[in-house]
Amino acid sequence: MPEKYHIKTQAVPPRRPRIGKFGVVDWREDCARCHNCVKKDCVYDRYRQEMQYIRDLNDANVLFFDCMGCFSCVQNCTKGLLSLSINPAYERMGNSYWTPDIILITWAQAETAAIPVSGAGYRGKFSGPGFDAMWTDMSEIVRPTRDGIHGREYISTAVDIGRKPPQLRFDGIKSSTILPQLIDLPMPLIIDMMPKSYRLPKLLPIFNAVAARTGLIAIVDSRDWELLGDEREKYLPHLAFYLDPNASIPPKDILQKTLLVEISESDAVEQKIKMLKEIHPQIVVAIRVPLDSKGEERAIELAHNPAVEVIHVVADLNGNQIGVENPKFIKDMTLNIQKSLVKSGIRDEITIMAGGGIALAEHMAKQIICGADAVTVNLPMLIALECQLCKCCQPGMLCPARIDEISSGYAVGRMTNLISAWHNQLLEMMGAMGIRDARRLRGETGRALFFEDVEEETFGKLFGSRKRN
Amino acid sequence: MDQEKGINDILPDNTTKTFVPQAEVSRLTRPAPPRYRNEIAKYIIRRSSDCKLCGKCAKVCPRGVHVIKPGYKYFAAPQSHLCIGPACQKTDHDCVALCPQKALRLVENPMMKALGDCRWTADMILATWKMAETGDPPSPEYGYQYETGDSEGGFDRIRFKFPEKPPVELNEDEIDTSLELNRRADGRPQIRIDVPWYGGGMSFGSVSNVTQLSKARAAVAFNTFTCTGEGGYMERSRPYDDHTITQIATGLFGVREETIQRVRIVEFKYAQGAKPGLGGHLLADKVTPAVARMRETVMGISLFSPFPFHSVYSIEDHKKHMDWIKHVNRRALISTKVSTPSDVDMVAVGSYSAGTHIIHLDGGYGGTGAAPDIAKKNIALPIEYAIVKVHNFLVQEGIRDKVTFMASGGLRTAHDIAKAIALGADGVIIGTAELVALGCVRCSRCESGRGCPRGIATTDAELCEMVSVEWGSQRIINLYTAWRKELVQILRRFGLRSVSELRGRTDLLMHLDYNNDLERNK
Repeated sequence: MPEKYHIKTQAVPPRRPRIGKFGVVDWREDCARCHNCVKKDCVYDRYRQEMQYIRDLNDANVLFFDCMGCFSCVQNCTKGLLSLSINPAYERMGNSYWTPDIILITWAQAETAAIPVSGAGYRGKFSGPGFDAMWTDMSEIVRPTRDGIHGREYISTAVDIGRKPPQLRFDGIKSSTILPQLIDLPMPLIIDMMPKSYRLPKLLPIFNAVAARTGLIAIVDSRDWELLGDEREKYLPHLAFYLDPNASIPPKDILQKTLLVEISESDAVEQKIKMLKEIHPQIVVAIRVPLDSKGEERAIELAHNPAVEVIHVVADLNGNQIGVENPKFIKDMTLNIQKSLVKSGIRDEITIMAGGGIALAEHMAKQIICGADAVTVNLPMLIALECQLCKCCQPGMLCPARIDEISSGYAVGRMTNLISAWHNQLLEMMGAMGIRDARRLRGETGRALFFEDVEEETFGKLFGSRKRN
Repeated sequence: MDQEKGINDILPDNTTKTFVPQAEVSRLTRPAPPRYRNEIAKYIIRRSSDCKLCGKCAKVCPRGVHVIKPGYKYFAAPQSHLCIGPACQKTDHDCVALCPQKALRLVENPMMKALGDCRWTADMILATWKMAETGDPPSPEYGYQYETGDSEGGFDRIRFKFPEKPPVELNEDEIDTSLELNRRADGRPQIRIDVPWYGGGMSFGSVSNVTQLSKARAAVAFNTFTCTGEGGYMERSRPYDDHTITQIATGLFGVREETIQRVRIVEFKYAQGAKPGLGGHLLADKVTPAVARMRETVMGISLFSPFPFHSVYSIEDHKKHMDWIKHVNRRALISTKVSTPSDVDMVAVGSYSAGTHIIHLDGGYGGTGAAPDIAKKNIALPIEYAIVKVHNFLVQEGIRDKVTFMASGGLRTAHDIAKAIALGADGVIIGTAELVALGCVRCSRCESGRGCPRGIATTDAELCEMVSVEWGSQRIINLYTAWRKELVQILRRFGLRSVSELRGRTDLLMHLDYNNDLERNK
């Protein structure tokens, strides 16, 4: 059995004052200065920590505005002067897709590398759009033992990136099939390029270092080669160049040290693959396909081309189809591609990577169930650095997360922690599903429950036709 | 089903009865006021500096919102939770309108936004507190929208189709809310509970012993049950043995033959709705010396129950487990608690075949003392779907009346209970609502550190003292009383004489997202 994939982590505290969900509003002018003030009884000791912060403004690492929302002080204040409210700074973070809750939960994982655990049951909507419109399934009794991250059995999250032969051919007892090059990723995650509005040169070497530390791969625009820092050549096996149609191909000696390269979708795909293979026969070539109105169609068409090894479908940052009025969501588009390739009998030959809208570990698992072999992520890596997605990344704008001040150790540590937490959550979900191998999870819709289907099967039979989507 | 023969002849004495005198607890409703000084209110009265302290507001308000304590010149903080808000404007005692100085202003409490969540809305929490305080459903004057939450699906989009007039006029005392738990006719005791619900498993460790005892006393008062969870069975609970279910979960924490012999129902927990397929979690901070002693483990070490039972891979294995317990305790009924995967219907029928008396489904949105967030939303079905699925399959297999089917996982109100029964369950199991009755605000901080800052889901000795057993019992008794009143009202409006007549009556329901245009046979 291969060595178990394990990411070494260490707590990396935040640099900036925390932003909590709740804040206590304190009407101090009426305060009676009780000797047994309720603030002293805070179970979490938040008031004392807040006062410490006010005294020592240079130390930003103390907790501040991090009320846990238990209402105890509010309800016990002798004069009823305290009031709990939602922190406006919390509400301002992110957007409708990258919600403040997603940002907070990402920060927590980046700090501790721990799986987020809480009490009191689920607090959200019954279902919702996108990934919230599906549940993963589990089996109660009749299945082999799986213990998730706490258990004794080995759950593999490794996936293969590359083209696989439809079958092996044998000449006598010897295989006559020439096996193509495959990249063995220890978990189904690739760090993708940042969207233009968030592309910060300082982060490029950091992504590369994180990929090396976690055994993964980071995709980098080939034109940014010079920005990758002094140690760039050391990390080449963990770097995949994205070759823009207008960019020149990297030098031979550089390209030959990489395992994966990504090219833009264009009519000259075959030629470009041939050219790259001539330079480096073992390299795996991925084709980046934006999921616009024709994206699914083109991805399916490319998959039928025997020269194509990997297709990387990319939706917009929120997982939506690009440039259409009523966009489909990435999980549905991936599922359509998956179904089409299964129907054509070629699904196992091609690798599909999917990106856009992957914001939480659960999205990774669900996207794989919907047909991706691996997912690509970008914004969560940035959020791990305390980014609030305020879009103030332009030169001259003040970044609330002070990304320009980060140290390499801090950034690599936070991103590594986040990836580790995601890996552990993937193990948890696979454990619950009774799936031992991430390769088996791909397209395993039998281990998923889709809102529309379950509603139709259950309430459709009781209440007739459905009014709204 | 073969009847077990001659059990009185072959049983060891200690498995047939409880020797410890059992507690008696009155079902009487008594006021159980909130234990915090400032109860959270939906509306608050703001008093400006124009107030001349004339005291007219205190005189006109029949609810006692404005208080000047004897000997004091100034008003104390208003008792806003007693205020009925805008509904008062239609009365002749509206303090805002009657204030000579126009110094009072009624506003919606901005804290409502910070309280609760989509499933347990602020209104639902406040209404549950009101019920726990008074034993009555909250007056409509308070304006609480508490019958449904804001989750935009499931129970929150299902409504009852009440007829304008009940088809049969019934008095409340003619309506039966009791539920039979043993339908197998296998010679084991018939157990009938007075209300179609009982308390869910909460282990010592996940909640305090005060919380456990409060639940147990309320169970005695209503002739129903509470459940120990998997954290062992306290000696202090002996007077409540006849109303306690002890749980055998995958970690087998605190499970001993002596504890199994104490009870009338034993529950096998295969999975929990909040974290299906992941086993149990009790994080290190909550493993205090007392908890460690009870569970026979080491203090300060996190406890993880595995998933699933490592000795159960088939229905036949499940049956062997049951046979073991049925042998150890010949008077016990067996409950099988499972979560809600897509094949839950098969699991339910399998459990019946193995000999269970009660099938307990715990849906995906159920409560927990600690669970990975990724599990809470994303694994297995919400209970609304699972109830329909299992009920229909049990009917199809011809065994619907041979097994008791209980549902849990996200049932918050009497209306949810009635809807679950109308969808096909016999009864339900509740958990979070009892904790809300004790003052829980669902801040989700039960899992670590000293545990619950409200003194409910904690094992910290100091925090536990925030709740007394007497007060806690009364709050839950009051909640049960209010719920029973609401359930009786629902049955009365439909002209149903018993809660069992409501079971599977989906024709009495409508769904707001559907056209409700199916032709029905019923």
